[in-house]
Amino acid sequence: MTYIAKPKIAHPSLPKNELGLTTRDYEGAVSTLCAGCGHDSVTAALIQAVFDLDIEPHMLAKISGIGCSSKTPTYFVSQAHGFNSVHGRMPSVTTGANAANREMTYIGVSGDGDSLSIGVGQFVHAIRRNLNMCYMIENNGVYGLTKGQFSASADIGSKPKKGMPNQQEPIDPASSALALGATYIARSFSGDKEQLVPLIKGAIMHSGFSLVDIISPCVTFNDHEGSTKSYAHTREFYHHVSNIDYIHPSKEIKASYDEGEAMPIHLHGGDTIVLRKLNRDYDPTSRADAFKFLRDRFNAGEVITGLLYVNEDRAEMHELMGNTDTPLSQLPYEGLQPGNDELKKLQNRYR
Amino acid sequence: MATINDVVIKIATVNGTGSASANGLMRKAIFRMGIPVVGKNYFPSNIQGLPTWYEIRVTGDGYHARADRVDVMVAMNAQTYAKDMEEVAPGGWLIYDSTWPRSKLLDREDIVVIGVPLSRMCNETFEGARARILMKNIAYVGVLAALLDVDLDIIKELLEETFASKPHLIESNMQAIGLGYDYAREHFPCPLEKRVEKMDETKGHIVIDGNTAAGLGAMYAGATVGAWYPITPSTSLMDAFRTFCARYRVEPETGKRTYAIIQAEDELAAIGMVLGASWNGARSFTSTSGPGISLMSEFIGLAYYAEIPAVIYNVQRTGPSTGMPTRTQQCDLISCAYASHGDTKHVLLFPGDPEECFYMSPMAFDFAERLQTPVMVLTDLDIGMNDWMIPELEWDESYVPDRGKIYDADDLEKIEKFCRYLDVDGDGIPYRTLPGVHPKGAYFTRGSGHNKYGGYTEDSDEYQEVIDRLLVKWETARAMVPEAEIRYSKFNKAAILTLGSTDGACKEALDLLAEQNIGLNYCRVKAFPFTDAVREFIEQHDVVYVVEQNRDAQLRTLLISDLDADQTKLVSVLHYNGMPVHAAFVVDRVRSEIAKGRAA
Repeated sequence: MTYIAKPKIAHPSLPKNELGLTTRDYEGAVSTLCAGCGHDSVTAALIQAVFDLDIEPHMLAKISGIGCSSKTPTYFVSQAHGFNSVHGRMPSVTTGANAANREMTYIGVSGDGDSLSIGVGQFVHAIRRNLNMCYMIENNGVYGLTKGQFSASADIGSKPKKGMPNQQEPIDPASSALALGATYIARSFSGDKEQLVPLIKGAIMHSGFSLVDIISPCVTFNDHEGSTKSYAHTREFYHHVSNIDYIHPSKEIKASYDEGEAMPIHLHGGDTIVLRKLNRDYDPTSRADAFKFLRDRFNAGEVITGLLYVNEDRAEMHELMGNTDTPLSQLPYEGLQPGNDELKKLQNRYR
Repeated sequence: MATINDVVIKIATVNGTGSASANGLMRKAIFRMGIPVVGKNYFPSNIQGLPTWYEIRVTGDGYHARADRVDVMVAMNAQTYAKDMEEVAPGGWLIYDSTWPRSKLLDREDIVVIGVPLSRMCNETFEGARARILMKNIAYVGVLAALLDVDLDIIKELLEETFASKPHLIESNMQAIGLGYDYAREHFPCPLEKRVEKMDETKGHIVIDGNTAAGLGAMYAGATVGAWYPITPSTSLMDAFRTFCARYRVEPETGKRTYAIIQAEDELAAIGMVLGASWNGARSFTSTSGPGISLMSEFIGLAYYAEIPAVIYNVQRTGPSTGMPTRTQQCDLISCAYASHGDTKHVLLFPGDPEECFYMSPMAFDFAERLQTPVMVLTDLDIGMNDWMIPELEWDESYVPDRGKIYDADDLEKIEKFCRYLDVDGDGIPYRTLPGVHPKGAYFTRGSGHNKYGGYTEDSDEYQEVIDRLLVKWETARAMVPEAEIRYSKFNKAAILTLGSTDGACKEALDLLAEQNIGLNYCRVKAFPFTDAVREFIEQHDVVYVVEQNRDAQLRTLLISDLDADQTKLVSVLHYNGMPVHAAFVVDRVRSEIAKGRAA
């Protein structure tokens, strides 16, 4: 990976968001991933999402671990603060960062190796805390940087370029997250920007832990015939179970939807997402039903996409801890210690 | 002739029976008589049912270490009775519960055995199994009070303070004290030849453990994020921080907290959280012990290379591996000094007692932020969990946290371009920015190769420039860390050099050796890297006894690696059985080295 700055020449007719910024202002360095890598499409969707949400670039923290996916924070919003940490440990760094400053937006970008093998413990516990973050898994079923070993999300029977097909049970991040109590779970496909952008926006605006699991094919090591994470396979087997429209609080709800099949969901920050169910059997507000549906379809080899589960009622980490609204990093020191007289007083118990 | 205020009392009980408060009562009563005390816990890695001991050294001379003997043993645990009896010094006393007969085989001619029917008396006086067990402990305090001549009024005063909200307990506890006290006075000549007598040596002092003092120090230092994973013997440090925060860190208007304590899923996550929080501008810390350091090492290397502040308390315990979790050692010096793969080295602070645990806490946060690097405070179980008499803590109200070199929004407005790792001032410390402050402050934090501008690099020269600059920072740290405690006389050609909790035993050993006309100089290092004064101190002597509590002479190794010290001068005195070292051990070893032909 080399660091290539992207020339900043914006076309005058590019649309501007409420901050007066164009999508160019949300770009990062030139990607050094393989041509056609699904991750670059995810980056493009991310840029669109944060542009649409009018997020001030410096109020965004983009945090990652190690791997191809974890390189991507370099490729978006160069004026946001990036932290490329150690393998599998993005969630803990994000937890600490968020603990220090609850006002910023946290996007963690991870991969299936980073999150489901070396980092599975931290993935699990970030969910348990209902950490307020957007957790993206760019899921391609393989380790790219070390040249094509299977990851824990590889499906049974999926064929590698060389060697035997995978026989181990895959870990599905979405149904795992559901079992663990995540409060916003979406899945999409890097090749479906139209669906992905609103899902990311909803994930960012959701108060609590949001998972966006994105099938993002590896063109170099896992895009061949027989792979279940290839572009061709994903296109054939993926089904939208729901679509969402993200609605900015300042905008009138205009999205048209059929009464019986659409559901407005009001997010904590005042935003609304309108969920359009495309499958009558599916209820994304019921954990038990969603789990059964997901597992059944997963076992049938289908890739179910859309907003799979949402729960706006659970408190996020700071609320659970009863923390002050002011970011802890901005509290003036004077209020953080009770002074010498109190120190004298409290020592009476040690006599 | 009576020995006044120089007696060691050891109380053997079963853990989980509530003896800790009785033992604390005894220790406090003696302290309030104005007599310096040392309190040591020797406890199992267990919750209930295994042997545990509490040792009170009454030391009118004000020594800090444990003694090498037991004068009065309170043998309340049948399981360890034989061993406990064996431990009593000739001429000493053993108190046991005579409710049940004692094996005739277990006897010693050279000690006085005092039987008190504690269980019987308590069973006759108190109702309920739990109360009887608890009161039995209080009753032996009564026995000790009679035998040692401890002031009953002071015991009463302490009980009144403890049970201010439950007055009926004051009465029942005093009743239990009376049972033991009266029985002892009736049946045995009281007081013993070794006893206590009021003096005036504890005014302005407190008795506290190091973990409590460190937790208090972290709160006063302005720490707002604590992330940790429970591990003996460091747990009570974060517990103390939590207790003090619950009292002083809740906004009165809203009831909301101005701190976050996160119990992590493991130590890897704990240090990751600390780095995330520090990176984002909070004063953040973790507390752990040796196994936790092993798990944190990868992240510690990231913090070193990406230059992220972090404060890590390591309350050392006996290793290797799980080792003996409830025993003490100074065995993580090397693993902390060089934690993580690659070329890394870390600033370490070595408090010698709870007082320094408190004062070194704000210092650790200041250094971590000033130097933008992890700072580890290395205490041990002996400091962390035992009771030390120290001068009352004072807080300097003029203290302002040193947040180090940070460009704020105004600074960023003025500069053309911010580059994260430029050595602007020539001290090896670059300027950093905090996220969420200004768009011009954005940079990419990474553990991968980077150049001085903060960009990713695989260029040899660019890479090397940065890691060479970190060495400049290392020398800045050397000039910044606290100076060693040095006692120097030009007449002495030999010296003792030590660190941390070994201080007490060494200073007492210096006194004992002086009585034998062996004069030694003294140096207690307080930090790594070692200061120039430590280098000079070693150069000034022919022989330096390096006293430390580990098997592999880790302090000596660090002296050689960091100062290039002449290793032929450095003679190791090593104590590593898990018990805190005492002066007699140091004296013996130094004397035997002298006998081997090394000039003193």
